[in-house]
Amino acid sequence: MTATVYVPGDAGALSVGSGEVAAAIAAEAKRRGTKLELVRNGSRGAYWLEPLIEVQTSRERCAYGPVRAADVPSLFASDFLNGGKHPLSLGLTDSIPWLKSQQRLTFERVGVIDPSSVADYVKHGGYKGLERALTLSGAEVVQAVTTSGLRGRGGAAFPAGIKWKTVLEQGAAQKYVTCNADEGDSGTFADRMLMEGDPLLLIEGMTIAGIAVGATQGYIYLRAEYPHAHAALKTAIAAAYQAQYLGANVAGSGKRFDLEVRLGAGAYICGEETSMLESLEGKRGEVRVRPPLPAIKGLFGQPTIVNNVVTLTSVPWILTHGAEAYANFGMGKSRGTLPIQLAGNIRRGGLVERAFGLTLRELLYDIGGGTATGRPIRAVQVGGPLGAYVPPAHFDTPVDYEALTGVGAMLGHGGFVVFDDSVDMARMARYAMEFCAIESCGKCTPCRIGSTRGVEVIDRILAGVDGERNVRLLEELCETMVQGSLCGLGGMAPFPVQSALKHFREDFRARV
Amino acid sequence: MESLPSDQSAAVRRIVAQLKERPGPLLEVLHAIQASFGYVPEGAVPVVAEELNISRAEVHGVVTFYHFFRRHRPGAHTVSLCQAESCQAMGAEALARHARERLGIDFHQTTADGRFSLEPIYCLGNCACSPAAMIDGQLHGRLTPEAFDALIAQGSPAK
Repeated sequence: MTATVYVPGDAGALSVGSGEVAAAIAAEAKRRGTKLELVRNGSRGAYWLEPLIEVQTSRERCAYGPVRAADVPSLFASDFLNGGKHPLSLGLTDSIPWLKSQQRLTFERVGVIDPSSVADYVKHGGYKGLERALTLSGAEVVQAVTTSGLRGRGGAAFPAGIKWKTVLEQGAAQKYVTCNADEGDSGTFADRMLMEGDPLLLIEGMTIAGIAVGATQGYIYLRAEYPHAHAALKTAIAAAYQAQYLGANVAGSGKRFDLEVRLGAGAYICGEETSMLESLEGKRGEVRVRPPLPAIKGLFGQPTIVNNVVTLTSVPWILTHGAEAYANFGMGKSRGTLPIQLAGNIRRGGLVERAFGLTLRELLYDIGGGTATGRPIRAVQVGGPLGAYVPPAHFDTPVDYEALTGVGAMLGHGGFVVFDDSVDMARMARYAMEFCAIESCGKCTPCRIGSTRGVEVIDRILAGVDGERNVRLLEELCETMVQGSLCGLGGMAPFPVQSALKHFREDFRARV
Repeated sequence: MESLPSDQSAAVRRIVAQLKERPGPLLEVLHAIQASFGYVPEGAVPVVAEELNISRAEVHGVVTFYHFFRRHRPGAHTVSLCQAESCQAMGAEALARHARERLGIDFHQTTADGRFSLEPIYCLGNCACSPAAMIDGQLHGRLTPEAFDALIAQGSPAK
């Protein structure tokens, strides 16, 4: 039997050398005259173990990691193709505690399959959700999404079913399904992993959405910083057309759904849905005033679903296993699972999909193992650059939309960026304002001018000029931006600043 | 405004002709121009405007709105260092200081020999392997100053 070896082609794995490892394995196999099949899978998300390679033995998949190209000859010498023992052995992949403790629904195939193969996707349960959707009416599919309790995973947490229902009810000749893949928040990479590791899942999710609400055209708005995801999506879309899962006759249903990828161009604001629509139309990504909602008047003025990658990729599981099965995970109004991204200064960082409800403490210490530097955790920024800095006093808060709001934070897209006690929180606050100034679309004054003034005020505080008065001024400025900005960029950029002032006020003092 | 040499403006016209029937084509057109020229030349703006039958101001407005579109020819290699929070938590600032010293340029500048351009970037989605950088489209994680020097020494690093 020819052995199958899995070496991730995921951008994160490549960034720490999986490309060289794959080349070394191919070269060593050739030198030894050993036949093997090399599959470039996605990442399992255990980035602290990347490059993590796997071998399909007669029983299960055995993992080794982190592997460097120089380790490859010794892996062959240890008969790793038959699961042989080696200092880098991690045992059976499914038994690695870090992975085993997760509840992978949306990520069930990421890192497992060959992302470019429709056959592999179908073999692992792919397209079952679409099959089921094709036996239902559009209203029934929308009802399933509503019943599942799925909320927008991009950050706004708006119930996906309600959005879909609004689009379904519009009587327009042309409707659109758009996927917001402008994953710009620092500390987040779930969208990227899905698009690289299981791109057909996104295609399936969008196809279900299109058929449910009567939209025949889909667009994936992908950030330009993700060239690997771009390549993976293009390959998968071509394969889906080839297999007639896209096009004029989706899976033999007689229904049409076309899909293409459009690249953004490095503007954080285009993750805001109306700004994304402007950008898709080829314009400056300036936010639109709402109403009208995109569900009523969206892309090119037509009814449009705008959902994040994780939201859309959650749908096939819901259709396959049932809305109730999905809703059985989670707590309170946060139903289902959340692909959490553990990043920054963390020992065991990566993708952790879990039902809502685990506490920050469990996440950061039990799963994450504390900081990479070994120093105490001082703050965790939750929900991207517009998210609050959470102090250790709040680490018993569960990962839940409402619970995090209750402590003045927000879950956003589920990114957790960890900082140790060497962090200077006044500088992080300054950065939040600076980032807002760089990325502001300029349409409204509180965001465009306020962010620049924010940087200046913090600079004065750090320079020891009228410290107390300027701290008060900064607080007032934050309030103005929160109340007066047109969208979430200016409206939330003060959150990290306010949380730093509240929990780490001692850092706002004059510097020598 | 400097106008493009005729062969270049013909190339721009060909790019627009291929894409103009697509809905909302301007970003697609600019991406294609940058892919072909390495940047969006000032002289391409009126050509695109004319071919798409929109104003120069509209094209200029879009080119200048997006950080990704470059208005000057970049160095042979573009080094983008992530400066966002996750990478900051793992020493991105120190790495940026090192990179500026090593290359002798600041962000948004190109070395005098035209070999390297240095750009800040706000998140490469490699936050579990911070600090991260992208060099000529190749992603690098867990970067140290030593690893950075090794990549620069290679000129065009492969991963």
